Amino acid sequence: MSSHNTTSHDEHPHDPKAEARVYIFTLIGLLILTAITVGASYIQFGSSAANIVIALTIATIKAVLVSLFFMHLLHEKPVNAVIAVAGFLFLGIFLMFDFIDIGSRANVQPTNLHVPVAAAPAAPGGSTPAMPAPAADSRKE
Amino acid sequence: MSTSTVDLHDAHGEPGGNTGHGDGHGPAHDPHHQHHFTTMEQQADTTKIGMWLFLVTEVLTFGGLFAGFGLMQNRYPQEFIEAHEHLQRPLGTLNTVVLLISSFTMVMAVLCARTNQSKKTVRYLMLTIACAFIFLGVKYFEYSHKYEEGLLPGNYYHTQATDTVKIINAAGQIVPSHGYATFFSFYFMMTGLHGIHILAGIGLLTWIAIRANRGEFSNAFYTPVDLVGLFWHLVDLIWIYLFPLYYLIS
Repeated sequence: MSSHNTTSHDEHPHDPKAEARVYIFTLIGLLILTAITVGASYIQFGSSAANIVIALTIATIKAVLVSLFFMHLLHEKPVNAVIAVAGFLFLGIFLMFDFIDIGSRANVQPTNLHVPVAAAPAAPGGSTPAMPAPAADSRKE
Repeated sequence: MSTSTVDLHDAHGEPGGNTGHGDGHGPAHDPHHQHHFTTMEQQADTTKIGMWLFLVTEVLTFGGLFAGFGLMQNRYPQEFIEAHEHLQRPLGTLNTVVLLISSFTMVMAVLCARTNQSKKTVRYLMLTIACAFIFLGVKYFEYSHKYEEGLLPGNYYHTQATDTVKIINAAGQIVPSHGYATFFSFYFMMTGLHGIHILAGIGLLTWIAIRANRGEFSNAFYTPVDLVGLFWHLVDLIWIYLFPLYYLIS
């Protein structure tokens, strides 16, 4: 009877104190990574894309720490990890095709058709009313 | 299938009660054990798989918004960098730290529930709820600041004199590019949806704290604490990506 009642904790091999220590170290790691990512945001790594890649890499390391230790994926039955990884895999496929699409249509963006205002006469301050409806706007563009 | 008679018997008993156990009809079993599951282990595993499937749908929901954000950042890079200067990096960092700490207190609550420490479970859950309120307090401060500045989504974005990328609109006026309003549309949509998840989390945590206070959770049954924990960590996980994308772009 008790053998199947207590199974879910048998997946956790540590004693509670050791486990709490793992969580504390995970938290410290996450806080250090937060400090690193905030610090890195003040440094220019060549291009804006490089900064984004670095920030997202650190975010992904943090996400892995949270899911492995806080969400117990490390000691959980593998099926849960399979579901989680599959979710992120499909998200990755979705994002990948999105960005392939963006990358391959750079020359037909409506923003390229904007009239650049090189030397704008003193910008009309904050008093201009809110922008008109986008539909009206794009007609002009 | 030796327990099937017990199952049938109990199916007609009081809901949630353990009537009929220990009265000679069969071996007593956990009152939390529902009868469509063979064992408590199977029950815990099944509910956990269900929770993970739900979390995947959450990831994909936010994934759509992240894709839109990436697309628009690609289209209005200059505007997005200028618009993000209006967000206060220290406040975003504070909220990140608060959420990370709340994730830690949450996982400690799960650990305490599993090791039969009801009092500590309740205490850790209260700490988690407190962190959630700090997060929302900071968010309220940020939102009201944006509201006063007119940094609002879509057509509610008030023209800022300092926005450098200008276009000429239908009326012939020189106005800031759509990129600024787009940035704040995504900002409010994504942090707003995340905020709704924090609110839902507070509700769930309160419910779990009340049940833990009644001593309902133990080594034998702590699934609700575990699953609410998973939800809470996912909310933290989403913020881990929101924070650099909104506050740290340069």
